[in-house]
Amino acid sequence: MNILSWFTDPANWTGSGGIPAQIGYHLFYSAVALLAAMVIAVPLGILIGYTGRGEALVAGSANALRALPSLGLLVLLFLLISPIVSGKLVYVLPTIIVLVLLAVPPILTGTYAGIQTADPDAVGAARGMGFTKRQILLRVQLPCALPLMVSGVRSSTLQIVSTATIAAYLGLQGLGRFILDGRAQASFSEMAGGAILVAILALVLEFTFAWLGRVIVSPGLRRTVSKSSSPISTTVLEPATT
Amino acid sequence: MKKRTLLSALAVTSVLALSACGGGGGNPLSGGGDNKGSSGSEVIVGSADFTESQLIASIYSQALQAAGVPTKEQFNIGSREVYIQALKDGSIDLVPEYSGALLSYLDPKSTAATTEAVTAELKGKLPSGISMLTPSAAQDKDVVAVTKATADKYKLKTVSDLKPVAGELILGGPPEWKTRQQGVVGLRDVYGLNFKDFVSLDAGGTLTMTALTNGQIQAGDLFSTDPGLVTNNLVALDDDKSLFAAENVVPLIKSGKQNDTITKTLDAVSAKLTTDDLISMNAEAAKGTNLSDIAKKWLASVGISKS
Repeated sequence: MNILSWFTDPANWTGSGGIPAQIGYHLFYSAVALLAAMVIAVPLGILIGYTGRGEALVAGSANALRALPSLGLLVLLFLLISPIVSGKLVYVLPTIIVLVLLAVPPILTGTYAGIQTADPDAVGAARGMGFTKRQILLRVQLPCALPLMVSGVRSSTLQIVSTATIAAYLGLQGLGRFILDGRAQASFSEMAGGAILVAILALVLEFTFAWLGRVIVSPGLRRTVSKSSSPISTTVLEPATT
Repeated sequence: MKKRTLLSALAVTSVLALSACGGGGGNPLSGGGDNKGSSGSEVIVGSADFTESQLIASIYSQALQAAGVPTKEQFNIGSREVYIQALKDGSIDLVPEYSGALLSYLDPKSTAATTEAVTAELKGKLPSGISMLTPSAAQDKDVVAVTKATADKYKLKTVSDLKPVAGELILGGPPEWKTRQQGVVGLRDVYGLNFKDFVSLDAGGTLTMTALTNGQIQAGDLFSTDPGLVTNNLVALDDDKSLFAAENVVPLIKSGKQNDTITKTLDAVSAKLTTDDLISMNAEAAKGTNLSDIAKKWLASVGISKS
């Protein structure tokens, strides 16, 4: 009941600390982290998928990265960069780094697995038609990899959005503010409200990505995706969805 | 099998309980009556689950032993909720407390802040059967701290001195400070301080300390017995308008256990103990020195016991 009145209190919907503003901050941190993660993971994933080198090393270390406790890492990074960096950046940088580290593995795995498991018949046909290696990569392998890449980005986004609450631990904004401030002030309806908002945001993004996946993936591939429950792709995908 | 163990356990407890009812005394394990505390002749000294509390408890225990009172140490019990209960039911007889925190535990609505006000109010609010002795001048309370460089630059000694410069400074503290009277609200209403910004960090922890020493914040909420105040060359500004509740160290004792020797001994400890002593002893403890050795050294240095 109290939670409901927290949601319906107009004071919580306005001002710099209001719900819309905090959702904005939350999405902003998440978007920055996601973009940074994609900039790192997509080219690296293509390289690994294309050359087939370093897969064991990168996959291993990427998965090890995900085992790092985010909050501990956040504080550690803060302590490390605090003497070097000045101003607001000292709070922003550790937060973004932690989120990026979380987001890189699913995108990376999705990308190289997608390229490696691209339909060999399609690749062979392209080669037969005189495609160069570069053309095969850009016009055949990458579009074939798209479904897995999108699903990697999708699971990264969910991880980022649900973890971005830790930004509040270093005094930043975002939906974590409600959770942390609510706990500090023993206002449990505020805490619950913050948690519910994070869950709703994650669900909305999940549906958006499901829709996006349908729009951007070539129709010709969709059938392959639905039946591509081949052992390779599922084993590769599994860690990305946990 | 399981049933039988349970039964025998029951039997043992009931025998123990019976013997306790028999008023035999001398069995330290059986809980005493309401005001009596533990039934043995020894005083059971308890402590909360953090270093400073254990250190002070160790000082109490050794001081009493030096005065010829046998003690038993039962440290590291837990949070206030737990050890006050233990004191009530007689599992411990003596525990070091902090006046302001104890008062707000017993009466969350209390607004007393000065040492005198807190002590006076606390006396009336103590649960029956529990007494407090004379509080020490030593305090572990919230302080607004700045670096030595900042203090020199703006000539800061008290929190009031911040008034003309607060607009240029960023304040750091725990998230609850944002809305709490003993925090940003009180600093504004009582002292007229409007800081440039407030950053939610932690309550006198690593985050606040690091941000303060590296200049991301210029003023921060720390605790008055934090050794970092000395090692990091910080200045704790004097709370000249008593915004933050006094947190004098005070022995809480089971009324039934109290006697003149105990009162005299612990009053002597409280009279000698200072906040600076706690800072240096906390620093020793942070280095890993055994708490009872630190306590022993301090007692010898103030002449309460021989080394």
